[in-house]
Amino acid sequence: MSVALSAPDISRALIRISHEILEANPATQQITLLGIPTRGAHLAMRIAASMSQIAGHEIPVGMLDITMHRDDLRMRPLRPIMPTSIPSSGIDGREVVLIDDVLFSGRTIRAALDALGEIGRPHTVQVAALVDRGHRELPIRADFVGKNLPTSIAQSVKVQLTEIDGVDEVLIEEN
Amino acid sequence: MRHLLSISDLSKAQAILILDTAVELARVSDGAVKKLPTLRGRTIVNLFAEDSTRTRISFEAAAKRLSADVINFSAKGSSVSKGESLKDTALTLQAMGADAVVIRHGASGAPQRLADSEWMLGSVINAGDGTHEHPSQALLDAFTIRKHLGKGAPDLVGVRVAIVGDVLHSRVARSNVLLLTLLGASVTLVAPPTLLPVGVESWPVKISYDLDSVIGTVDVVMMLRVQQERMSDLFFPNAREYSRYFGLNADRLKLMSPDSIVMHPGPMNRGLEIAAEVADSARSVIVEQVANGVSVRMAILYVLLAGQPLEAGSK
Repeated sequence: MSVALSAPDISRALIRISHEILEANPATQQITLLGIPTRGAHLAMRIAASMSQIAGHEIPVGMLDITMHRDDLRMRPLRPIMPTSIPSSGIDGREVVLIDDVLFSGRTIRAALDALGEIGRPHTVQVAALVDRGHRELPIRADFVGKNLPTSIAQSVKVQLTEIDGVDEVLIEEN
Repeated sequence: MRHLLSISDLSKAQAILILDTAVELARVSDGAVKKLPTLRGRTIVNLFAEDSTRTRISFEAAAKRLSADVINFSAKGSSVSKGESLKDTALTLQAMGADAVVIRHGASGAPQRLADSEWMLGSVINAGDGTHEHPSQALLDAFTIRKHLGKGAPDLVGVRVAIVGDVLHSRVARSNVLLLTLLGASVTLVAPPTLLPVGVESWPVKISYDLDSVIGTVDVVMMLRVQQERMSDLFFPNAREYSRYFGLNADRLKLMSPDSIVMHPGPMNRGLEIAAEVADSARSVIVEQVANGVSVRMAILYVLLAGQPLEAGSK
């Protein structure tokens, strides 16, 4: 088990992602962040806080549970459904940035795109991930990445955040 | 969990999981697109050997909102009315590839028989069996109570519920006593002695024969339907006397504590156990119970069917 990102690395990466999202979307009033529970939702809150500071206005942030849209429900034990909360400004016509902790197969993002389609029709959907570990199984890419971590398929990447785990770090574990 | 046959099979954590799942699924019913792809390609059979409006359409709506295919099967107009046995019906359903059977049956224990048999491999969901249990109704009642009186807690500790009326014939009362006490609520049964089952003193409840002394002390008054179709003997002298002593009328409504709610599993006998003005009053959550029923049944289908299939024979 090795530490791939330490607490200061994570905080630097999130601030950089905040700047990059604002740079890529000049109409900053139109941006809505949606974190994918559980850790993606916490990352979204943090990114929204720093983006709000930089942009000088509140960036709407919510969370989007994608459990009901997963294509692997039958292959795993029952997953509990997590909360979804969409900001009052909605997602219609907005620049939606999906935020997750690890981008891996791309299936979570595919499910998120389906889930979004049931809520509304954003102008664009972008993806930000703290870690991109490769091994994509679908034609999906991240627009904003904290850190590209080349991994073998046998390894697992574990993101820990203070809000849940009491510590900020990204670990690579050998299975 | 593979089947939902009785509340007594549920742990507190499982019951809360179903209620929490229902909270999230309730959003679907409010959304623009009332449909999720979760159970696409799965077949759910509604096997109703006894009349039902609410429960059948509620399960049907729940299954359809999760994109499952629904086959409705009622005893009237099917081979059951020609005398086909439960076994042969089950074998037919298995041959058609039913992933789950929602069964309502006049015989207590019919869902258990179906689940324990080798006749079919799918999940069995009890939608009311005889005078035994009606677990999905109890779950939707607990969901409704928690929404109004739960104060954000996952369970119902501290909530006081009176269940009033025909407890003897009521599967709703049996399931509710089990579930509400499992979730920490205190339950008082109010009924004439003739409408209480044998052995009720061993249930984890208080018993009263006097509605007026109980009504001001509880947060929830759950009225039960007087089940005339199951009454072959005389259980009370006449309907007017029952209504006077055990009916919920406008005068009794005034005795209820503030914030308390009136529930009824339906179908109501307006004017017998509940006065029309009470059923339509602001305290009544009876229509909301029906709406919550769809969310709760979606949660039941999700919890039983969405995960990895369990090995045949496991519970």
